[in-house]
Amino acid sequence: MKKILITSLISLMLATNVSADTDGEKSLSKKNSGHVKDCFEGLNRATFKFNQGLDSVVFEPVAKAYRVLPSSVRVGTGNALDNLSSLVTIPNNILQGELKKAGVNTLRFVLNTTVGIVGIFDVAQKAGFTKYEKEDYGQTLGTMGVGPGCYLVLPILGPSTVRDATGSFINVLGGDPWYNASINGNNKYLSESQYVGTKILTGLDFRAKNIDSIENLKKNSMDFYASVKSLYLQDRQQKIKNRKGALEIIYDGDWEEIESQ
Amino acid sequence: MKKFLPFATFLIIILLSVSKVYSIEADVFVQSTVNRASEALSNKFSKEEKIQKLKEIASETVDIKGIGYYTLGAYRKSISDKQIKQYENLFEQYFLKSFSSRLAEYSNPEIEVTSKKELNKNYTMVSSILVSTEQRPEVKIDWRVYTKNSENPLIRDLIIEGLSLARTQKEEFSSIIQSNDGDINALFSTLKEFIK
Repeated sequence: MKKILITSLISLMLATNVSADTDGEKSLSKKNSGHVKDCFEGLNRATFKFNQGLDSVVFEPVAKAYRVLPSSVRVGTGNALDNLSSLVTIPNNILQGELKKAGVNTLRFVLNTTVGIVGIFDVAQKAGFTKYEKEDYGQTLGTMGVGPGCYLVLPILGPSTVRDATGSFINVLGGDPWYNASINGNNKYLSESQYVGTKILTGLDFRAKNIDSIENLKKNSMDFYASVKSLYLQDRQQKIKNRKGALEIIYDGDWEEIESQ
Repeated sequence: MKKFLPFATFLIIILLSVSKVYSIEADVFVQSTVNRASEALSNKFSKEEKIQKLKEIASETVDIKGIGYYTLGAYRKSISDKQIKQYENLFEQYFLKSFSSRLAEYSNPEIEVTSKKELNKNYTMVSSILVSTEQRPEVKIDWRVYTKNSENPLIRDLIIEGLSLARTQKEEFSSIIQSNDGDINALFSTLKEFIK
């Protein structure tokens, strides 16, 4: 309880602090919707290069091997990881005021963990539940009006922003019940290696699902770093606004100026 | 004048009906374009033939010039006419190569147009779904269609699961120019290198 209180307080403090800090930037951002500064570009590019090296030696080959596994195994693993992530999604649904979603996701978690055997089978979806949407503390900070801050590339973890990295930090401050149970919890069933294992598997699952699109993007990009940065920031912007596709697209006045016919 | 009036009325009616006949609905246009692309990507063609066919389809249905201007962002206002011409030429070659090579990897993609929304007289967003396969889940694709000339609608952007390809390209180009102290020639050299 104390931890939840501290987490909520940190979220609130960050929200008010950063909003107060970015008043000047908000009027600027109307001009260039969604523009995020790359304050540490030199360092970011170096870290990106390091991550790329690591990816080609470790993650990509392992992800390719993972893809050889039968589809049912991969789907089951993905389902179980999604199920585990709902432990972070639910408190964020509440913090964002989405109480109905929090209720649905709690029911989904209970149903999938029990009937669906630790989430391997997504029985909730078969029972007609709405599609699961992940939420995290970075998104919650975003909905509270916290700007993204500078763009960051973290070693191993990849693209982020100051806000999203802060959000991830909240997980280890007590915001992630799975972290609390496996690392802080004094129980004989769970340990640190289980937590780290699920995090590595989540990364691997993502990498395996996106092998073709990442390869395609790499092949067709003239500045791969800039493409990845743009896609990451667009994706976060979409997730914070919970946009359903492009019918509520980001307004870009530049399109209106262009005459070609 | 009396004789002229029925003739003028007749002319107006004809003109109105003609314009109605030739205006193409954005969603019909997108569906017919993806059907053509699907046919080009069917396995009866070699990879080179696929690329050639995709280039032909893109030249007819995509506003390459418009996307090029958008991608250049604010820089298009500060460069000379000669540079603009050079850019238009380079961008077209870059776009066709990059676009066809991206798509040629797919075989028999099945795309279903689901709805459309008119943003204003110049733009209609068409929503579609790339039907899921064993290898990948369903993908939502939205098309920004430039409808200023309703007889000849053109695609200006593809938004895949909420991620705009044109915007990504714009930010990539801007990054190349900025990393070279705002020198547009650096972008031209990179484009030339890519086209090779």
